[in-house]
Amino acid sequence: MKRSPREPLVVLPHTLSEITGPIFGQDKIGENDNDLTGQHRDEPIGERIVVSGRVFDSNGRPVSNALIEIWQANAAGRYRHIKDQHPAPLDPNFSGAGRTLTDEQGAYRFITIKPGAYPWFNHYNAWRPAHIHLSVFGHAFITRLVTQMYFPGDPLFAYDPIFQSIPEERARQRLIAKFDLETTQPQWAKGFKFDVVLRGPEATPFET
Amino acid sequence: MSCCAVRRPRLLKPDTHLIPTASQTVGPFFSIELTTVEHSVTCLPGLEDREKRIWIRFQVLDGDGAPVDDAMLEIWQADSNGKYNHPEDVQAKKLAPGWMGFGRIGTGEDGSCVLETIRPGRVAQGIAQAPHLSLAVFARGMLKPLHTRVYFSGEAANVEDPILRLVPPGRRDTLLARPDPARPGHWSFDVRLQGDRETVFFDV
Repeated sequence: MKRSPREPLVVLPHTLSEITGPIFGQDKIGENDNDLTGQHRDEPIGERIVVSGRVFDSNGRPVSNALIEIWQANAAGRYRHIKDQHPAPLDPNFSGAGRTLTDEQGAYRFITIKPGAYPWFNHYNAWRPAHIHLSVFGHAFITRLVTQMYFPGDPLFAYDPIFQSIPEERARQRLIAKFDLETTQPQWAKGFKFDVVLRGPEATPFET
Repeated sequence: MSCCAVRRPRLLKPDTHLIPTASQTVGPFFSIELTTVEHSVTCLPGLEDREKRIWIRFQVLDGDGAPVDDAMLEIWQADSNGKYNHPEDVQAKKLAPGWMGFGRIGTGEDGSCVLETIRPGRVAQGIAQAPHLSLAVFARGMLKPLHTRVYFSGEAANVEDPILRLVPPGRRDTLLARPDPARPGHWSFDVRLQGDRETVFFDV
């Protein structure tokens, strides 16, 4: 796949164009957008989970009104996407997509089902560890983040080139959600915590 | 007080707190959320700016010149006065009513998509910049989005734009949208991810 630039990136000092970015409002969020188990007539098949956490900036300050969007496979490891050819069943009660805004404390919460692992064609017998895709907007266009959240103890981590593409062990660990008894709801759903830290303005601001 | 009751400082959490969350590829299936009909934003101007509208046709091409049909473009731009809808913008200008300035489009089979927008004004907070759009390109196979800018061919202010001047002169034209001589208001901008006439991407 020839999608990576060969030329060096040009360092861009930050102007107003980089430190601003879209800030979304509640009008972009529908009623069941953060409950992926409640978007259809019946509940989806699978292990019900609560995924929650907070979004911080690089100084540890909470980021409020951050738009978080997620998409994921169903419990059988199948996406509701025309190009997903994995011969696993679709679930008529699961679309696998949601969105929410963080509150004043930077906190967010989704209810969903645990996605299944699934095969792909990257190499022989390649399987992706179970994961949920997250897209996050901070308040600046350059803090825009798209990432993936994984589940603790997945045996596929060692074999996954996408997870392993992150060179630092500590940074890899940050992408693994933690099981959390506090947000686990008795007789109903397991809780997983996943905090997001958006990058800071490391680049030099443009001096005049 | 027994030795066992000696108060020790609370264990600090491991110092992972401020490591930024790493970027991961957007993958092949993002369109079930990010670029649904409901969540795509292909038209930026409100009713006020109707007569100033322009259309920019983007086409994303890989290193073989083949169209990239599963890319997502995100756009961020100022209004026609060069004002951003953002609290950090303290320029003494009035924001166009209803102006958000954010666009998001998935590419089609031929790697292209069309943004309906207005030509932004000059942003002049700190430094004066030529009219431009900020563009982020996301696609399967890329760990991180690629950031670039769209300037307008023939714009007089381009020569004094501080960012364009950081770009090697021979590559600046990769950042210029070109007008369609046959259709006023229509522009095109190629995003060449690799190889011949590769678009300039920025380290932001």
